[in-house]
Amino acid sequence: MQELGKVEQASVRVTPDGENRIVIEKDLSSEEMILNMGPQHPSTHGVLRLECRTDGEVVIEAEPYLGYLHRCFEKHAEMTDYPGIVPYVDRMDYLAAMNSDFAYAIAVEKLLDIEIPRRVEFLRVIVAELNRIASHLVAIGTYAIDLGAFTPFLFCFRDREHIMSLLEWTSGARMLYNYILIGGVAYDFPRGFVERTAEFVNYFRPKAVELQKLLTENEIFVKRTRGIGMMPADVAINYGWSGPMLRGSGVEWDLRRVDGYSIYPELDFRVCVPDGRFSDIGDSLSRHLVRAMEMEESLNIIEQCLDRMPSPEGFDPRAAIPKRIRPREGEVYGRAENPRGELGFYIQSDGKSTKPVRCKARSSCFVNLSAMKELSQGQLIPDLVAIIGSIDIVLGEVDR
Amino acid sequence: MISPAVEKARVVWSVISEKFGDAVSPLDENPTMPFFEVTRPELWLDIALFMRDNPKLRFNYMACLSGVDYPEEGKLGIVCNLESLGEHGYTIAVKVKCDREGGVIPSVSRVWKTADWHEREAYDMFGMTFSGHQDMRRILCPEDWEGFPLRKDYQVQENYHGIKVPY
Repeated sequence: MQELGKVEQASVRVTPDGENRIVIEKDLSSEEMILNMGPQHPSTHGVLRLECRTDGEVVIEAEPYLGYLHRCFEKHAEMTDYPGIVPYVDRMDYLAAMNSDFAYAIAVEKLLDIEIPRRVEFLRVIVAELNRIASHLVAIGTYAIDLGAFTPFLFCFRDREHIMSLLEWTSGARMLYNYILIGGVAYDFPRGFVERTAEFVNYFRPKAVELQKLLTENEIFVKRTRGIGMMPADVAINYGWSGPMLRGSGVEWDLRRVDGYSIYPELDFRVCVPDGRFSDIGDSLSRHLVRAMEMEESLNIIEQCLDRMPSPEGFDPRAAIPKRIRPREGEVYGRAENPRGELGFYIQSDGKSTKPVRCKARSSCFVNLSAMKELSQGQLIPDLVAIIGSIDIVLGEVDR
Repeated sequence: MISPAVEKARVVWSVISEKFGDAVSPLDENPTMPFFEVTRPELWLDIALFMRDNPKLRFNYMACLSGVDYPEEGKLGIVCNLESLGEHGYTIAVKVKCDREGGVIPSVSRVWKTADWHEREAYDMFGMTFSGHQDMRRILCPEDWEGFPLRKDYQVQENYHGIKVPY
């Protein structure tokens, strides 16, 4: 067992380096106190409880307790047929329901072997990228409010509302869309939607820059986030981080590029990683920067899609949807890049039933949050807020 | 035609089976998720370490670990989706099974830290324990919850602290 321990130590650093980490020397340490943060706390972004062992202002260790929002998604999925699961998937990550539906549809379609019409792929990518911007706007806005900046929050929610009304126009719902179905989408875009979306892209471009100016160049914001919550790349990979969190640690990893699902290989976009000019790679500010840069990339993707979209003549968005969805026997792990990272679905089908035998959701926030205990060691209590905010959790997805 | 995923999985499997022989089952070459099973579960930790540290494999990323119930075999199991992130680009799934009652699987939470919470979740939902895990507690359900919800024969408890459970 000793040898095993040595091997483990050799390839993975147990504690990430961080200059801002405070280690209390033996003589200076005072009495330990247990401090509960949450479950009802504005900066935990939902119902998460952190049990912090503190020494004065310094957190020795914070242990997350979850499950307050557990709604048995996986048990429900075993009792529901494949199309019926989509609304449940919506309710997992309620800030990015389109992306979650997309990941689920990809997973089931792998088992079904159906050809997706080309226009459907464009519709999916456009709504998913719109939703990604909306989700990042919430992430950035609430992160700012966690750190005491109120104005960016209002700006973010003002612009998000435009996206919400666009998506409501095409799907009928404001947040929980049930729009991307297995094999197709629920409706084609309404008339005038393409023009309005193009208008939004033009409107939002300068706003995104303005938001960057407000936050990224704001000295107070930078002081609160730079060098806080450092996560080196190798430890981040070992923790299974994905999405903006992993890219914030400098790893160029984006499933849209790596897996190349849907029409993403045809599109020209950049995988955003911080270059180290504005932030220390791997800190909270890097993760924020990745989100900010990704919004602009999403705008580029939407613009390209709007230009190249096949014409709607004779198009039926539900043409490829099978009458009765009964996948062949087998297992699949399908995944997609969500605003918060890799959302994967492990689905097991017995080939006879219209319900999955097992449907496991690999939630991105759940995995990202699992590093919290290590990130929190030796941080100040106010920095703990900065770290949780930078993880950008949605408790609906953590607890499922 | 063989899909590229299967071709890559074949390479991976041949490296592992060369080292571990009959401790791993033949590769299941399905195009959606090629996998092999660890037939001697006590070697799972060694296989995991080998898969992570061998320069030919470098499975540094665990994408997912799902617990599964196999009632007709009388077994519980886990399915691990592993990936060699940024190095070889291999993906493969590994299955490990254990007995339904009192089953134990070696924990890989010290090989991939992400497995820590995933294994806690599998324990919470299915009831197999992971030997060598630092912190084997329930994670999503309350600590005093009875039974393991995702087992196929799960019967929900009548009352929980005086609250009626089935609705």
